[in-house]
Amino acid sequence: MRSIASTVLSLVLFVTYIGIGALAHDTHFSLAWALLSTALVWAGPAQIILITTLASGVGIVQSAIAVTMSAIRLFPMVVAVMPMLRTEGTKRRHLILVAHFTAVTLWVECYRFLPHVPRERRVAFVHGLGCGLLSVGLCATVIGYALAASLTQTFASAILLLTPLAFLFSTARNSRELADVLALGLGLALYPLAALLNSGLDILVSGVVAGTIAFGVHKWREQR
Amino acid sequence: MSDFLGDWHALVVLLLAGVIPNQIWRMLGLWLGAGLDEGSDLLVWVKAVATAILAGVIAQILVQPPGALASVPGFLRYGALAAGFVAFMLTRRSIFAGVLCGEIVMLAGKWWLG
Repeated sequence: MRSIASTVLSLVLFVTYIGIGALAHDTHFSLAWALLSTALVWAGPAQIILITTLASGVGIVQSAIAVTMSAIRLFPMVVAVMPMLRTEGTKRRHLILVAHFTAVTLWVECYRFLPHVPRERRVAFVHGLGCGLLSVGLCATVIGYALAASLTQTFASAILLLTPLAFLFSTARNSRELADVLALGLGLALYPLAALLNSGLDILVSGVVAGTIAFGVHKWREQR
Repeated sequence: MSDFLGDWHALVVLLLAGVIPNQIWRMLGLWLGAGLDEGSDLLVWVKAVATAILAGVIAQILVQPPGALASVPGFLRYGALAAGFVAFMLTRRSIFAGVLCGEIVMLAGKWWLG
C-alpha cells in the first residue's frame, strides 16, 4: 500500500509538470524559460499562476503579488520540515538547499521516509530525494512542452486539461479542514464573478474574498 | 538556440515575479521558522487565501482556456471536470481516478462532436 501511495505522488508530480510544460508552450514561453521556472521556482501552483497571469497580459506587479500569496504556503512547510533534519552540528547554510527543494511532494515524503533515516544522514537523504523529484519535474516539463508542440489539437487539449484536473483533486485531497474545503469551493465559484469586473486583479480579488470568507466561517464555528 | 532561450526580457520577469516571491518565503521559513505556531490565525488565513487563489487559477484555465484547450466547447470542459470530481469522490479521493475520468469524458465528448 505504501509503495502505491509513493507512485501516485510522483505520478501526480509528473502529470502536473507535463501540464505546466504544455501550458508554457501554448502561452508562448520558451523551453528554457519553462525549465528554469521548474528548477528555480519549484512549486507547481506558483508556476501555473505565473504563466497564466503573465499570459493574460496583467502587469508584472499583479502577477508577482498573486505568486507571492500562493508561495506563502511554503513558509509553514519549511518550518515543519526543518526540525526533522537539525542535529547539534547543523548550520543554517547546510539547510538552504533543503529549503529550496521543499514543496508539497517533498514535504509529504519527509514525513513518510525520515523516521527510517538516521538523523545525521537526513540532510544528505533529502538532497537526494529533492534532486530525484526535481529531475522528474524537469523531464515532465520537456515532455509536456514537446507534446503540446507536436500533437493534434484534441490531444494537446487533453494535456492542457491535466493541469486543472490534477490540481483540483490534489488540493481537494489535502483539504482536511473546513476552511480549506470552503476556500477551494468558493475560490472556484467566485473567480467567474470576479472576472466580470475585469480589473486585471481578478485572481487576487476572488482569492482574497473567498479565502477571507472561509477563514471567517472557520473562526465562527470555532467560537460556537 | 535563440528559439530555445526565447526573449531575455521574459527571463527577467521569471526572476522578479516567479523566483524571488517563492524563495523569500522558503528562506524566511528557514530563518524565522522556529518560533511560529502552525495553528495560528494568520497562517490559517494565509492558507485559505492561497487555496482560493489556486482555485481561481483552476477556474481561469477552464473559463478562459489557453491554446488548444480553447477548441473544446465550454460545457465539455466543465462537464469533464464535474465527471472527474464524481469519480474522485466515488473512489474515496483517488486523484488518479478523477484525472483519468475527466480526460476520458473530454476526449469522448470531443470525438462524439467530431
